Amino acid sequence: MAADYNAFITEATIEGDADAEGPLADATVAVKDNISTEGVRTTCGSEMLADYVPPYSATVVDRLTDAGATVVGKANMDEFGMGTTTETSAFGPTRNPADPERVPGGSSGGSAAAVAAGEADLALGSDTGGSVRCPAAFCGVVGIKPTYGLVSRYGLVAYANSLEQIGPIANTVEEAAAALDVIAGPDPNDGTTRDLTDVEGVDPDASYAAAADGDVDGLTVGIPTELFEGADERVVETVEAAIGDLEDRGAETTEISLPSVEHAVQAYYVIAMAEASSNLARFDGVRYGARAESDGNWNESFAETREEGFGAEVKRRILLGTYALSAGYHDKYYEKAQDARAWVRQDFEDAFADVDVIASPTMPVLPFELGESLDDPLRMYLADANTTPVNLANLPAISVPAGEADGLPVGLQIVGPKFGEETVIRAASAVEDAE
Amino acid sequence: MSDTSESTDDAEGNEPADADVSAASDSPAVDADEVRHVAELARVRLADDEVETFAAQFGDILDYFDALDEVPETDREEELVNVMRPDEVESGLSQEEALSNAEETEDGYFVGPKVS
Repeated sequence: MAADYNAFITEATIEGDADAEGPLADATVAVKDNISTEGVRTTCGSEMLADYVPPYSATVVDRLTDAGATVVGKANMDEFGMGTTTETSAFGPTRNPADPERVPGGSSGGSAAAVAAGEADLALGSDTGGSVRCPAAFCGVVGIKPTYGLVSRYGLVAYANSLEQIGPIANTVEEAAAALDVIAGPDPNDGTTRDLTDVEGVDPDASYAAAADGDVDGLTVGIPTELFEGADERVVETVEAAIGDLEDRGAETTEISLPSVEHAVQAYYVIAMAEASSNLARFDGVRYGARAESDGNWNESFAETREEGFGAEVKRRILLGTYALSAGYHDKYYEKAQDARAWVRQDFEDAFADVDVIASPTMPVLPFELGESLDDPLRMYLADANTTPVNLANLPAISVPAGEADGLPVGLQIVGPKFGEETVIRAASAVEDAE
Repeated sequence: MSDTSESTDDAEGNEPADADVSAASDSPAVDADEVRHVAELARVRLADDEVETFAAQFGDILDYFDALDEVPETDREEELVNVMRPDEVESGLSQEEALSNAEETEDGYFVGPKVS
């Protein structure tokens, strides 16, 4: 089966604790290949790390296996998480189980495809600008992007540290929430994780799985016009029908405006590329990774190693990030992107003074056909219009199947306030029940 | 690797950023030489055809990024606190583990390319 969709880069087993009890005991899990697994190669979808075998596991992997889940493989992904289709992988594209001629979304495309095809009960992805929610939407499964700081990033190969979180993918909201229960929580190895006992208004002992009770009576749902404008009509109709289901169950909807999100994609790409250009400087072929046969000096050897090891999209982002940080352009691009990020954060904060959650299409488009967007990077970036604002604002969000359009899955995105995971899970479970 | 303090182009880099915006509409935002220069700063060698492709794509992408000019200056204050831990020795990777993924090692050290 696995070969049909190319969901896995490496099929390998890491046994879970056989004595563990709880919802994840005996569950199988696919782990995105940028999350370190001790003794099992972790390629990040790149030639650069084709033979890299981590000497330690990521905190999230230890937590899953301690809870009884068994890792069944390392899931395919866009190279270093850079893509929206899983086509930039050095190990070939993953196909969408809902329609094998189409992409599964990205960058965690292998993770979502593995769950959608029944090759794993659960999966872990990482979400820097939508990389969990996009493939969940395109493959017709559930994906959660946690609040920045809820889940440890220790052992996640960094692409853009200030934006990314590891998140679960599953067939149902409750299963995804149960996986989040296991992986969430502070980690001394990641100083950006928060201890929820220190966060005001949050119950640190709450069960996310228990929040999937479908009770949305009295919940207020903000509908931001900006995230519907420009979306494919078929997507909008499907999403509006799902929001109608929430209203039938007692939720109230109200139109809101988030003017800053018009600049989210620009700000996201400038910041992500800038951070990537710095993070990926570590791949010089000395401590780990492939090294080019070179007679040249230090700098020439690095440049040749990176020419051979990186694919086109990774080079594009490293170069554009270097450009955006360079003298003369730093203020124009990077500083303005940070202003836009603060503006987006402020916009959401203002909106959450009036509404409990914010709903929109996860992706403004239906899944691309394979090869359709690969030569047009800007077109691919623009597909991230609805997901990137959430990362810029450090917020929690979920993508839940809203239905189908032309036989293809459509995802509804529900965004909540910081550490409001329970509320977005509750709202998403009501959408799911209505189907 | 982090030579980003260098200007990408001496002539343009010294001008105020706004001067570049007006020119962007009638000339490409970046030309092949500029792509080569940034690639050199980033230590990524590029093939000639890759330089041409990137120059065209960067033009489109940077044009799109120019809309950031419309973003108002925003108060960026966010509550941040330092996270500290006691400075105590903890177990880490063994030397063998740390060297296990290196292409070339010698006497317990990484071997890098020649310096000059």
